[in-house]
Amino acid sequence: MSDLDKFRAEVRTWLDENCPEEMRDGDITPENQCWGGRQWEFQSEAQKIWFERALAQGYTVPTWPKEYGGAGLSAEEAKILDEERQAINARKPLSNFGISMLGPALLAYGTHEQKAQHLTAIARGEIRWCQGYSEPGAGSDLASLKAKCEDKGDHWLINGQKIWTSNADISDWIFCLVRTDFEAPKHQGITFILIDMASEGISVKPIVLISGHSPFCETFFDDVKVPKSYGDNNPSVVGEINRGWDVAKNLLVHERGMLGTMSPLRGTTGPESLGKFAAEKIGLDATGRLDDPALRQRIAQAELDNWAYDLTVARMTDEANAGNGLGAKSSMLKYVASELTKCGTELRMDIEGTTAATIGEDGIEYGSLANNWLYNRAYSILGGTTEVQFNIISKRVLDLPSQ
Amino acid sequence: MPLILNEEQEMLQDAAKGFLAEKAPVSAFRTVRDNKPADGFCRQLWTEMAQMGWAGIIVDETHGGSGFGYVGAGVLAEEMGRNLTASPFFSTSVLGATAIQKYGTEKQKDENLAAISGGETLFALAVDEGPRHKPDHIAFSAEPAGNGFILSGTKTFVADGHVADKLIIAARTSGDEGDTAGITLFLVDANAPEITRVHTPMVDSRNAADIAVEGLEVTGDDILGELDGGYAALEGILSAGRAVLSAEMSGSAQQVFDVTTDYLKEREQFGQKIGSFQGLQHRAAQLATEIEMMKSAVLKSLKDLDQDFDNAGMTCCLAKAKTGQVAQLATKEAIQMHGGIGVTDEYDVGLYFKRVHVAQQMFGDAGFHSDRWARNSGY
Ligand SMILES: Cc1cc2nc3c(=O)[nH]c(=O)nc-3n(C[C@H](O)[C@H](O)[C@H](O)COP(=O)(O)OP(=O)(O)OC[C@H]3O[C@@H](n4cnc5c(N)ncnc54)[C@H](O)[C@@H]3O)c2cc1C
Ligand SMILES: Cc1cc2nc3c(=O)[nH]c(=O)nc-3n(C[C@H](O)[C@H](O)[C@H](O)COP(=O)(O)OP(=O)(O)OC[C@H]3O[C@@H](n4cnc5c(N)ncnc54)[C@H](O)[C@@H]3O)c2cc1C
Repeated sequence: MSDLDKFRAEVRTWLDENCPEEMRDGDITPENQCWGGRQWEFQSEAQKIWFERALAQGYTVPTWPKEYGGAGLSAEEAKILDEERQAINARKPLSNFGISMLGPALLAYGTHEQKAQHLTAIARGEIRWCQGYSEPGAGSDLASLKAKCEDKGDHWLINGQKIWTSNADISDWIFCLVRTDFEAPKHQGITFILIDMASEGISVKPIVLISGHSPFCETFFDDVKVPKSYGDNNPSVVGEINRGWDVAKNLLVHERGMLGTMSPLRGTTGPESLGKFAAEKIGLDATGRLDDPALRQRIAQAELDNWAYDLTVARMTDEANAGNGLGAKSSMLKYVASELTKCGTELRMDIEGTTAATIGEDGIEYGSLANNWLYNRAYSILGGTTEVQFNIISKRVLDLPSQ
Repeated sequence: MPLILNEEQEMLQDAAKGFLAEKAPVSAFRTVRDNKPADGFCRQLWTEMAQMGWAGIIVDETHGGSGFGYVGAGVLAEEMGRNLTASPFFSTSVLGATAIQKYGTEKQKDENLAAISGGETLFALAVDEGPRHKPDHIAFSAEPAGNGFILSGTKTFVADGHVADKLIIAARTSGDEGDTAGITLFLVDANAPEITRVHTPMVDSRNAADIAVEGLEVTGDDILGELDGGYAALEGILSAGRAVLSAEMSGSAQQVFDVTTDYLKEREQFGQKIGSFQGLQHRAAQLATEIEMMKSAVLKSLKDLDQDFDNAGMTCCLAKAKTGQVAQLATKEAIQMHGGIGVTDEYDVGLYFKRVHVAQQMFGDAGFHSDRWARNSGY
């Protein structure tokens, strides 16, 4: 048995012995996932047990070094853990922006002390992070951001506004892009900074979405004082001052990577396939085909595309591990994943017809199909719109000329 | 099992690129098309391919093959697709070799596999009886007579049918047209006097033939696989064919796309490179993404054939569905983005458009395979 085979066997046993039955209910959704943070309350005893056992093993952040709360797994080992977890339909024990976005950026750019403080708190589910990038005037053209950050000797002074900050109202800290140099070319005056949301001068205002719910906010900074440092060799700024764009870009690749590695149709109809689900709802014709040929064709197309997408994630991961890197191809995954995510709930809305379009007297229930269908419109907007991904692919993968 | 080529397969790919660039670039295909040799391909080229070990690419080494499996066959087919190489590779080395190696008796293997590997015997698979692929609609009859059967019926669109030395014919030994049970595969000498073969020139300038059989006597020894249970074997052969044909189409799609992006970087209108127009950039980016999805599906189907042949049917279905769509989109966009020269005969992109159309028809188009996927998934 090779070392990896041995590892697979160990992981399988560990999962089998440690993952509670209730946590094996298919992939996580935003409603049932474990986010962590100061305000976090476990939704069930099983969720708590699962989190604690995974934490003890370093499996909340499997690839991070052991000294920062991870398990120090190699990419191959992490892939095996993921495969085995999915094989028993287990939820991830913890997932949030700290793990998927800030963590990788800190691993690449942070000092040891920054990692020791922030990575460890993320791994332990103690601090929940939000992302302060977008501004009213800086969406796709993120580098034109204007939130002002002034050097006041022992601290930074921040004034400005962020928008679309997911979960700002329930997050503990924010990683922010701010402008430290207004004279320099737009990409060269940006700094990446870590801020406690409890700081004086920060206020948040939830924004209601078309679903009637409000998972994101406007975030205002009025004379917010941010310490230059949180301890020895532990500055509030990540990377160099005015070089925050490098950190941001690195992080966006991870964000796209993350958005691009969810199996997009899975979960739309629970463990059952969309087609099977449709067959139960709509019925079959005399030849055994779904009794709605046009819908049948759309479902088959989505399922085949979803499969080809999953294979592409696998292939690109293998290529990246073999040393060819993923690079701008992550934009391809982001594009396809967001289209399929939208498509999955669109199809389910069509399968269920007017039933799905009927909402209660209290409006659209959070976590309901209608809510997800409406929320999913955002997938091709957040993390860089589809059009922006196409621009990136044109330039960085295809090397097409610019105007 | 990682979804990438191993070192050996990469070396095979490099060798194929080098060989085809020298011996069989698109200009060689044009020569065949314009000179219309009776064979429809270049015998000398085929001999050289056999010497390279390509004719027996999936054949085990014990039978004189090179034992590269379906991934190896796909690697070659992809390069042939890039160069539009016309040869008996697909019918003989993929369909014929799969049929014999997977379903033949020891005697049939001994008689045929080495001859396939040596490039000496050419095969063709006769399945369809009408203009659309319907492998479960077999009316071609095999009437029991004495110790054997008498074959009568017609087959259409038999790739390489007019040059083949041996034919594999799907015939009905029992049941009704439309039943999957009652189909039997026969391996027969293509030169038998009871067989009439008519070359049917196709829009892609590749070889195909209509075949008529009248009263051909065969024996139980000529059965390939099981009596009445030939459909499972047919499915297996078709799956292998679909995967390798998908690899060929994938090669064609990638090639026209490369040619097109080069053109976008070169051609100027309105004082700038046309590749700088976002209207074209976004379509190119979308197509590039579809091509990546197609490549994954194709490689997976080839790997599945190597690892678990009998259960590879659905990944081969995915591969053929996806390549059918993507390769057509790639060739259509190639013509469109080239403007006027895209529709000229002198320019190569039109040749790819034609080849991809015919390859997409062969063994089921995207619609056929999504229907198949849906049925297999219970809806
Ligand atoms: C649900 C949700 C959650 C979010 N969470 C966060 C978060 O946590 N933190 C955060 O910082 N941000 C977050 N965002 C913001 C998100 O990153 C931005 O919405 C996104 O970058 C697009 O910016 P915009 O909304 O200003 O649209 P705009 O940039 O104004 O785009 C409008 C339209 O123009 C198109 N367009 C723009 N530029 C080009 C171009 N060059 N070529 C072609 N077309 C172009 C766009 O594709 C789009 O269709 C979130 C957004 C959503 C919807
Ligand atoms: C069958 C046929 C008959 C014809 N008959 C005649 C005739 O009788 N008389 C005559 O004078 N001409 C004729 N034409 C020429 C025809 O008008 C041109 O082919 C056409 O104007 C396109 O020009 P082009 O071929 O140079 O392509 P290009 O202009 O080079 O275009 C190449 C590609 O770039 C795209 N493109 C170009 N500019 C932009 C832009 N700004 N934004 C986005 N995309 C862009 C095009 O849409 C195309 O996809 C004929 C062409 C054909 C194919």
